[in-house]
Amino acid sequence: MEHAIEVSGLRTRYGDREVLKGLTFSIPKGKTTVILGGSGCGKSTLLKHLIGLLKPSEGSISINGREITTLTEPEMDTVRGRMGVLFQGAALLNSMTIADNVALPIREHTKINESTLQIMVRMKLDLVGLSGFDHFFPSQLSGGMKKRAGIARALALDPETLFFDEPSAGLDPVTAAGLDELIFKLRDVFRMTIVVVTHELPSVFTIADHIIMLDKGDILFAGTLEGLRASDHPRIRMFLERKSEQEIYSPDDYFRVIAGD
Amino acid sequence: MAFTLRKDIADASRIINNTFYWTFISPFRGKPVRVRATVSEMVKAGYNSVPIVAVISFFVGIILALQAAYQLKRVGALIYVANLVGVSLTRELSPILTAIIVSGRSGSAFAAEIGSMKAAEEVDALVTMGINPIRFLVSPKLIALMVMVPALTMLSDVIGISGGFLLSVSVLDIHPYNYYQQSINALLVKDVFTGLIKAWAFGIVITIVGAYQGFKVEGGAEEVGRRTTSSVVASIFLVIIFDLFFTMLFYYFT
Ligand SMILES: Nc1ncnc2c1ncn2[C@@H]1O[C@H](COP(=O)(O)OP(=O)(O)OP(=O)(O)O)[C@@H](O)[C@H]1O
Ligand SMILES: [Mg+2]
Repeated sequence: MEHAIEVSGLRTRYGDREVLKGLTFSIPKGKTTVILGGSGCGKSTLLKHLIGLLKPSEGSISINGREITTLTEPEMDTVRGRMGVLFQGAALLNSMTIADNVALPIREHTKINESTLQIMVRMKLDLVGLSGFDHFFPSQLSGGMKKRAGIARALALDPETLFFDEPSAGLDPVTAAGLDELIFKLRDVFRMTIVVVTHELPSVFTIADHIIMLDKGDILFAGTLEGLRASDHPRIRMFLERKSEQEIYSPDDYFRVIAGD
Repeated sequence: MAFTLRKDIADASRIINNTFYWTFISPFRGKPVRVRATVSEMVKAGYNSVPIVAVISFFVGIILALQAAYQLKRVGALIYVANLVGVSLTRELSPILTAIIVSGRSGSAFAAEIGSMKAAEEVDALVTMGINPIRFLVSPKLIALMVMVPALTMLSDVIGISGGFLLSVSVLDIHPYNYYQQSINALLVKDVFTGLIKAWAFGIVITIVGAYQGFKVEGGAEEVGRRTTSSVVASIFLVIIFDLFFTMLFYYFT
């Protein structure tokens, strides 16, 4: 199998707290890879390393055969030119309309004339089900609509690799299913490599070809969906069966915990 | 403490370097500054400040004339009110008043805008789109202030002197023609020009401080507020420091 991204020994810390503790994994080309894990386990941090926003304190990351941890900013920009990123909070520019947001990367990197540009923007917005919202500002959209506009912007330059941080969080089931279908289409029709961070189990079971599960900054599991389903690791089972992590306190213990002794 | 200070200096010099690179060098390498954004910044920072600069300058002109008259009347040299008003406005008060107003209006707005974009990961999004945030956000502001602070200073010169003139001819009974002649004789091109150079430098200081404070934001809304306040305090402070420096320079070398 060909790999789009290869990471080895990735370590990083915020201050003196180690957030990623030596991750080694690879992401197959032309497939959908899902990064799973509990809240705060370092998924967004990992994604920011893959797109070159953060530099690891140790380890290497290579994207399509190119080591990115040692690139200069201009070199990194050429790598980024073939990536699309959806941030966890969508990160649309609030001072611009949705259409201008989607048009921004195209305007900056190509010399397409205005009317072709308008058509491209409308196509991207239609792809994510936002036709007719061109002239809305981000603040006038719902959370889910912002996410979709963010996806349209990530698709603007027809990237080879897409990174989605929680694309379906906060979406209704119907829209979320539509998004899963979009991810399928991007993989099958446009042959994109897609990396998705998500918590939504139904969506994981639909879209994932490959799964990487993190736990407290370590890799708990890496492999196929079948492998994940078959695993009997207690923490994986807990995640898949949606069990709570906390032990059940007896009323006396609980009282002791909240009283703080 | 020593470590954070060193980091602050490194951050500041990086922002200064990048700002000058993306504003003055990269346009010649095919990465032009965004024209529409620059015009819009000019309108926000310059045009929209006209009323407040005009009113304040007018009153300061009157105040200066009155204060000057208070002294000069006793030595029977009332006509020198024109010199005092003209020279102190063009050389000193117009640039500094304008800079303080622009710090309060635009410097704080720069810090707030960039800071909230930083907090909402919009700056990260720009980077991943291959758009340099300094070129995208700071260069238009820098050009706008480099043009608009001197322009507002000139406006302030004219209106401040008019204020002094109106007071002198009405309250102090100086003949309008005499006041006019006295002002023309007193004011040298040099006086106006050094004022405008100061104003230009203040524009740069205000932009850099606003951008620096904005890019420093790491957390959320509360920090944006704090950084906005610091940007006003720091830019007024630095404007005064630069003023001192330029005034000494001009005193000895012109
Ligand atoms: N800028 C930062 N400074 C310090 N610590 C940070 C920073 N960003 C994240 N962290 C810490 O790093 C850890 C991982 O954060 P991250 O945002 O990667 O989690 P996540 O897996 O994306 O969680 P979620 O699913 O809730 O989005 C968290 O414990 C967080 O406290
Ligand atoms: Mg996250």
